[in-house]
Amino acid sequence: MPKIPIAHWVDVIVEWLSIHWASFFKGLSNLITYVVDIFTWLFMLPHPFLFVIIIALLGYMAGRWTMAFFSAIGFLLIYNLGYWTETMNTLGLVVTAALISIIIGVPLGIWCASSKIAARIITPVLDFMQTMPAFVYLLPAVTFFSLGVVPGVVASVIFAIPPTIRMTHLGITQVSGELIEAADAFGSTGGQRLFKVQLPLALPSVMAGINQTIMLSLSMVVIASMIGAQGIGAVVYRAVGQLKIGEGFEAGLAVVVLAIVLDRLSQSLFNGKRSKKAA
Amino acid sequence: MSILEIKNVSKLFGPNAEQGVKLLEQGWTKEKMAKEKQITVGVNRVNMEINQGEIFVIMGLSGSGKSTLVRMFNRLIEPTSGEILVHGKDLRKMNKEQLRNARRKTISMVFQKFALFPHRTVLENVEYGLEIQKVAKAQRREKAITSLELVGLKGWGDKMPDELSGGMQQRVGLARALANDPEVLLMDEAFSALDPLIRRDMQDELLELQDKMKKTIIFITHDLDEALRIGDRIALMKDGAVVQIGTPEEIMIQPANSYVERFVEDVDLSKVLTAAHVMRRPETITLDRGPRVALELMRERGISNLFVIDRSKKLLGIITAEDAATAVRQQQKLDDILIKDVPYVAPERMLNDLFELVSTAKLPVAVVDERERLTGVIVRGALLGALAGGVENEEVALNA
Repeated sequence: MPKIPIAHWVDVIVEWLSIHWASFFKGLSNLITYVVDIFTWLFMLPHPFLFVIIIALLGYMAGRWTMAFFSAIGFLLIYNLGYWTETMNTLGLVVTAALISIIIGVPLGIWCASSKIAARIITPVLDFMQTMPAFVYLLPAVTFFSLGVVPGVVASVIFAIPPTIRMTHLGITQVSGELIEAADAFGSTGGQRLFKVQLPLALPSVMAGINQTIMLSLSMVVIASMIGAQGIGAVVYRAVGQLKIGEGFEAGLAVVVLAIVLDRLSQSLFNGKRSKKAA
Repeated sequence: MSILEIKNVSKLFGPNAEQGVKLLEQGWTKEKMAKEKQITVGVNRVNMEINQGEIFVIMGLSGSGKSTLVRMFNRLIEPTSGEILVHGKDLRKMNKEQLRNARRKTISMVFQKFALFPHRTVLENVEYGLEIQKVAKAQRREKAITSLELVGLKGWGDKMPDELSGGMQQRVGLARALANDPEVLLMDEAFSALDPLIRRDMQDELLELQDKMKKTIIFITHDLDEALRIGDRIALMKDGAVVQIGTPEEIMIQPANSYVERFVEDVDLSKVLTAAHVMRRPETITLDRGPRVALELMRERGISNLFVIDRSKKLLGIITAEDAATAVRQQQKLDDILIKDVPYVAPERMLNDLFELVSTAKLPVAVVDERERLTGVIVRGALLGALAGGVENEEVALNA
């Protein structure tokens, strides 16, 4: 029995895409670079101390003194260790990836909730995206977007977008049937039902998905650095490659600080809203 | 005048549901359909006409198809066949836009578990129907506040629904439905989730509201007491089909078949029958007669007291035979022995509420209508007789 030439097919498709869709990928690449640059520029704009104060304030607004305190200490540590620029680069990449994931993921989740066929097609694709080893699609990403931050963002989006889609889908389908009936019985259009009833009620679930997406895209930074993305991931990668255990630990610590602060901030972004409403 | 006409409406679930309607017409039973065609009969060729301004109760046990039926009245569930005519226009022939308009302007719904939007304040919930019609904010706010006041929730607008008790939440549900000023109100087991005492209050309030607003209310319930209490007419459903449609009295006194009979046999008659059902024709006299005439009248009829009325039948009081005899001896006028403090009730008063009064009163209890005219008298024996089931006596027929 002859071997099915999957490898060959993939090669052909990738080559065909890279030739005939070159201008599309070029344009997309420029756009992503532009967005990452803007975010990075924005994060580098204030003096690090001012940035620390802003983060601490956000932490305080998000809920607690401890949160503000920990954020300030963490970012001061990063500054002290000398990874400020790298961390801001990474933050730019992560925020861009998360933003793209939300822009694409939430509508896809809504679509899954409204169409069973869409859900049946998209769900296995999501499984595929989450389980296929990242290195496998890192290479074609480089073929399409060349080296640098862009394939890093693309790989992060592929890896990190599923929770947003899944949780949006779940959140909307979990809205109770009686509320949908109520919305319909008063003569809502499909759009009114979605924006006035389903999405607001799905919000906790959607926010949990977005939080997961942010965390997952952060976990991609080291892998992204292998294809030339600047940032704290590159420091980790270099240090490990050169067996500089201590330096690797320092850079890893910066990733952890970033992760925890992003996690708590994105979580309380929603919780803060809810507690305000209840009050 | 009928506002809603249901003609031959069926709802079947399963493969070839359309074909199933024909089989039903050929006389297939529900069981046979399920067994041989895998078709579940939800609603089986229902016909009814609902009149403007009445409270029409659809009652049946769970699984009788009443909730499915009412959801076809605003097409939350699509009927398999039949016509649903609102003001003569078939709801099933409407396109999406027309249907939306009917839902916005003509038919509103109140749900069993309230179905309030938990992310909106009470006021925002009430506003919802107007908001999606793009009514200007100030205007819809005003209407919503009026609607809340109507259900007795003035000042609760800024609360979230989960801060309210069940009864209050359903008031919000009612206010939300009323804010659109619909002609027809569909209430799907609206009070079933409430405590019995609160349920009763809500029933009373609904009747009170209905007095003011004159909506057409279609009320779904599985509780016969509730149906008898609030319904102008009742449709009894079983296995998706209507068994009997009639006024509460008709259903109680002339059950259409043994199913209805069994259904109503446990009902406490005292909660269905009213003073008007058991009252007797009163013996009366006008004030310008003398005590001698009164005494003679009582002797003739074999009774010991007489109601005194004026020319327009207005109740003035009562005189007893004893007093009359004394008056004859002492040459008094009727006016001098008139007892003005007569126990009386309204004709709509339920028997249930009469017992205490009748058993403790030393004088016969008068039945007086809203214009203070004497229409009947409650005699202890007749009251007990009615409860024993013997309501079909001539005098009831005369007075009813």
